[in-house]
Amino acid sequence: MTSDSKPYSGEQRDGAPLPAGGPKPPPGPDPTPDPRAADAPVGESLAKDAWRRLTQNRAAMASLGLLIAIVVVCIAGPWFLPWGLAEVDWNAFGTGPTLENAHYLGTDANGRDLLTRVLYGGRVSLSVALVASFVSLVIGVLYGAISGYVGGRVDSLMMRFVDIMYSLPFMFLVILLMVVFGRNIFLIYAAIGAVEWLDMARIVRGQTLALKRREFIEAAHALGVRDSKIVTRHLIPNAIGPVIVYVTLTVPKVILLESFLSFLGLGVQEPLTSWGVLISEGVDMMESAPWMLLVPSFFLAATLFCLNFLGDGLRDALDPKTR
Amino acid sequence: MTQSLLEIDKLSVTFQLPTGAVTAVKEVSLSIAEGETLALVGESGSGKSVTSTATLRLLPELAQTQGAIRFDGEDLLAVTPRRMRRIRGNDISMIFQEPMTSLNPLHRVGRQIGEVLTKHKGLHGSAKRRRVLDLLQQVGIPEPERRIDSYPYELSGGQRQRVMIAMALACEPRLLIADEPTTALDVTVQAQILDLLKSLQAKYGMAILFITHDLSIVRHFADKVCVMRYGEVVESGPTHEVFDAPRHDYTRMLLDAIPRGRKIPAPADSPVLLSARDVKVRFALKKRLFGKSDYFDAVRGIDLSVRRGETLGIVGESGSGKSTLGRALLRLLKSEGDIRLGETDLSALDKSGMRPLRSRLQVVFQDPFGSLSPRMTVGDIVSEGLKVHHPELNRRQREAEVIAALEEVALDPGMRNRYPHEFSGGQRQRIAIARALILKPELLLLDEPTSALDRSVQVRVIDLLRNLQQKYGLTYLFISHDLSVVRALSDDVLVMKEGQVIEQGPTEQLFSAPRETYTQALIKAAFLDDDAA
Repeated sequence: MTSDSKPYSGEQRDGAPLPAGGPKPPPGPDPTPDPRAADAPVGESLAKDAWRRLTQNRAAMASLGLLIAIVVVCIAGPWFLPWGLAEVDWNAFGTGPTLENAHYLGTDANGRDLLTRVLYGGRVSLSVALVASFVSLVIGVLYGAISGYVGGRVDSLMMRFVDIMYSLPFMFLVILLMVVFGRNIFLIYAAIGAVEWLDMARIVRGQTLALKRREFIEAAHALGVRDSKIVTRHLIPNAIGPVIVYVTLTVPKVILLESFLSFLGLGVQEPLTSWGVLISEGVDMMESAPWMLLVPSFFLAATLFCLNFLGDGLRDALDPKTR
Repeated sequence: MTQSLLEIDKLSVTFQLPTGAVTAVKEVSLSIAEGETLALVGESGSGKSVTSTATLRLLPELAQTQGAIRFDGEDLLAVTPRRMRRIRGNDISMIFQEPMTSLNPLHRVGRQIGEVLTKHKGLHGSAKRRRVLDLLQQVGIPEPERRIDSYPYELSGGQRQRVMIAMALACEPRLLIADEPTTALDVTVQAQILDLLKSLQAKYGMAILFITHDLSIVRHFADKVCVMRYGEVVESGPTHEVFDAPRHDYTRMLLDAIPRGRKIPAPADSPVLLSARDVKVRFALKKRLFGKSDYFDAVRGIDLSVRRGETLGIVGESGSGKSTLGRALLRLLKSEGDIRLGETDLSALDKSGMRPLRSRLQVVFQDPFGSLSPRMTVGDIVSEGLKVHHPELNRRQREAEVIAALEEVALDPGMRNRYPHEFSGGQRQRIAIARALILKPELLLLDEPTSALDRSVQVRVIDLLRNLQQKYGLTYLFISHDLSVVRALSDDVLVMKEGQVIEQGPTEQLFSAPRETYTQALIKAAFLDDDAA
């Protein structure tokens, strides 16, 4: 039997012609005279459907746009500015925002350009957010899915380990890591990632417990599909909706955690900076140089706002209950 | 004609959705007189529930209504919300489909019924309690003095529906709206609830607006019937007229949509394909690290054998263990006892030993919405078994097989790159059948494959299953609570109750002369007598 002899109609989802080729007859009448077939929804995947709903959510789309703008400015901005990260302008110590000497958002008490430092700080904050969220995503999803799917004693053991990790004081963990390994930005990634995946694991495990009773999982068993394939092909893709939403909520949490660590002096090291460090410096100078607090705070607040709106929008777009 | 109690005059309901306006009900007119029963019949999506919900003005805010709903001369669409609250529960009350979810799980039964009495009749204290006890008595709840203080979870589905009826009757309404009140219940319980509604109707002289998709109930229960389709009334009139001489094609189609015919028996010399001896399944209810665990025996020692090309129907009410038995036979659940497929002893094999045999044993589940992964395309779903059992096939060959399988179940193969949510229930069930068929199985476990479908779709799926069985000499294990379907498809029938076989025998013999009282009750409650074809 060859596929070429079969009549085709319709196209693949991405619009590419079918591999077997051949002239496409116009889509014939529905072969099933099902009375409801006529008004059955036509044509798009769940992901596309979700994307369509997301694009209809103005707040989420505006947030997405602003977020992309912030990321692009943080990455590309420093190349276009005349000042370096640690470059001191001996003529301008603690000057306010001005257009005269190319310190558009002023300088700090050491004469370093604030805009440059905010953008460099943004790189750190955003990369911490990205890496730590990604780490928590990978570990959490795999851990949670396996724990929920295998169930029984394995599940109990794996979840008790999570409980133990929860009970460790986060600050203590970070200080311990600092003492052992010295101050290092990768330690921040590791420490935050090590804490954030716990929530993710719990969420995914809950999803998995609900999903594994579904009939399509049972059908996969009946087909003889291996457990590892069931987890990767059936469980994880179906649990991904809440996971995506949770990631968008994790990112702001991670940025705040990093800020918190840096604020306490446990974060990144001078001359490197982050939004958290800049804000903590700004707090010290609040009365004499308010821009030093306001500028980094504005960037941080804008990013967090955007992520929260985006997370909200994603939740609405992905939640099957609203469909 | 008598004075009508409820008169719906050209009611239209439009939902304003972000994707555009959807008209769920179009110019529906109907009327019910005092003490009369009107059945509103239609398949899913026909707008019957929307019509009844609109009567109580319980529609969501994005719904716009036009037309008039006159109750005793008063236009319900025009009255104030305050007045509407007086009417709800007092003059018109409603029973819902799901007895499991329509009672508040945190409140005792007596309190939930009493709430209505306090609200509308101003009853308190012992007077209220007396009235609640009286109501529970009337709806046939055993030991009302004890049950008044029960929580909903302590009651069975039928009892919960009785409590719902007691709540609805608390203020002796003049109109009762019953939205599929028996759909979620077993047939024998369904018969009891219908009898109860009938006797209460006779006692209180109330009118009933009865919403259902089940025509066999309508014939036994309603005075008048109103057939809806796509939000419009296509036919209405006295029940016997509509049933005896349907005027509209759609009504005729609905009435004809009863599984007919009988299974052509398999050749007498065909070998036994699946046999099982003393199959037992027990679930651990509560596992204790030390000491004895609590167990529930779902299947208690069942023997059966199916010959090649035969269909064994397994019937029973919910909780009888029929699905558990089916899963145990396919080794999807741990069980004790001996299960043989041909010469192979399945019960001796472990998970990886079972894997090569899986292609010979396939399954189609009840819920066409739950049995397909929403994140995979139809093509991926159908071809998944091929990847496991025929890894030597390349993509092109797999695709060809998928196309053949989809054509086999009468689906357009061009739709294989779409996702399950774009298909209707009947189509999804066809996809599930294609997924099973592509492996060319010998035995197919059909676990209520038609229960979630509308009657007209059901009949087509049954025809499909029948044709496939003929064509490929398939052996079916057919699990169902729907006796008319089982009768049309099976050679032998096995009646289960509480994990045990009550009665077993050839289909015709079992249906015409059931020996056990339980089987007799089942058959009687299924209203089979009048559609014998």
